[in-house]
Amino acid sequence: MDIKVRVWRQENSSDKGRMETYDVKDISPDASFLEMLDVLNEKLILDGDDPIAFDHDCREGICGACSMVIDGVAHGPEKATTACQLHMRHFKDGDKIDVEPWRAAAFPVIKDLVVNRGNLDKIIAAGGYITAPTGAAPEAHATPVPKKDADLAFEAATCIGCGACVAACPNGSAMLFTAAKVAHLGLMPQGQPERDTRVIDMLQAQDDAGFGGCTNMGECSQVCPKGIPLTLIGRLNSDYRKAVRKQL
Amino acid sequence: MAVTGLLLVAFLYVHMIGNLKIFFGAETFDHYAHWLRSIGTPLLPEAWYLYIQRTVLTVAVVGHIVAATILARRARLARPVKYAHRPKVQGSYAARTMRWGGVIVLLFVIYHILDLTTLTLNPNGVHGEVYRNVAEDFAPGRWYVTLFYTLSIVAVGFHLRHGLWSAVRTFGLQSPRGEVYARATALVLSVVLVVGYLSVPFAVLVGLVD
Repeated sequence: MDIKVRVWRQENSSDKGRMETYDVKDISPDASFLEMLDVLNEKLILDGDDPIAFDHDCREGICGACSMVIDGVAHGPEKATTACQLHMRHFKDGDKIDVEPWRAAAFPVIKDLVVNRGNLDKIIAAGGYITAPTGAAPEAHATPVPKKDADLAFEAATCIGCGACVAACPNGSAMLFTAAKVAHLGLMPQGQPERDTRVIDMLQAQDDAGFGGCTNMGECSQVCPKGIPLTLIGRLNSDYRKAVRKQL
Repeated sequence: MAVTGLLLVAFLYVHMIGNLKIFFGAETFDHYAHWLRSIGTPLLPEAWYLYIQRTVLTVAVVGHIVAATILARRARLARPVKYAHRPKVQGSYAARTMRWGGVIVLLFVIYHILDLTTLTLNPNGVHGEVYRNVAEDFAPGRWYVTLFYTLSIVAVGFHLRHGLWSAVRTFGLQSPRGEVYARATALVLSVVLVVGYLSVPFAVLVGLVD
């Protein structure tokens, strides 16, 4: 299939950047979106042009590296699918596809489609962990966890930290990411000692990093490649309320 | 947003129930309006309760607007470069129109106070003649007033449909089933409110109240 892609090109963080259009010919419908960009990049290199920079790693939909807004939707039009797992058969021959980086003040563009998502790490560093002596893995049966909690914690833990929630949010908020991390640890017995400080510190780090505020629009959950439920934000709010009240 | 919003919704409901008293006739309605001024007497001097309530409501409205402005400002700062290609947000129409819808509601509230509280813009404009003030306000010849009123009340309805649900989320609602109930409740409360408020001008329009 032959398509046209209009891609955001930006030399470096100080460049203003612009959309540029490229023709991509003879692409297999079975190629992934990233493979299509690979083919385009090979052609650009052969022509002596600068290839399009984009983040990718596992290409199995589990690492959270790929990050691009395809036709205005983070990770593209397929539900619960990362850009690397999106295949060209979901597009039509002759389509014109727009590809842009995550747009957020907290995610400055490094080059083309590559953004710096270090601010998500700052949120994690503020409280997205448990403090425990390391060493050999403890016996799994030593700490009983109710099945319901284990299931919900696991659902929250499937967050791959790709940042699509921020890219899609009309407010540029990272609330779904933070909520997933807070729920993931807060549901586990091991996460209890730091449960209150965690939610306060992580939200503070999120605000400090320049992410927007949550207004419950629900865009984040719609584009999340792991389908992290919006209800976790309610859980975060509840944890936050209780933590703040205990501080009074 | 949630705390001030719920305060305002509570007021809207009480205000709506008061409005519906118009269907019991001029005497009942005027008497009700007069009673409002005497709440709290003799503990409080006449009309003091009203001024206390107005103060609380004003604080709630200002707090609501300040919080909304902070959120809108943060949203703008959080995305300095816009998307070149951005389809409509998938969230509900109500969620998308919160900010401008809120502005419309604010303009309406200002007009509404000038119309039926201070009576500056009211065609009858006699303090105490509440029933006649309302009836002449929505007379068929002043269809544009009724139209603006209708649009504003519908805007309030949309605002509440997202706002009510969003407020319970802010207070920590988190179960998927609670989510379904909250959405349904928000929709029902919004529709009841819109129907309740619109029943008055339309009753005037069809001659049920005159």
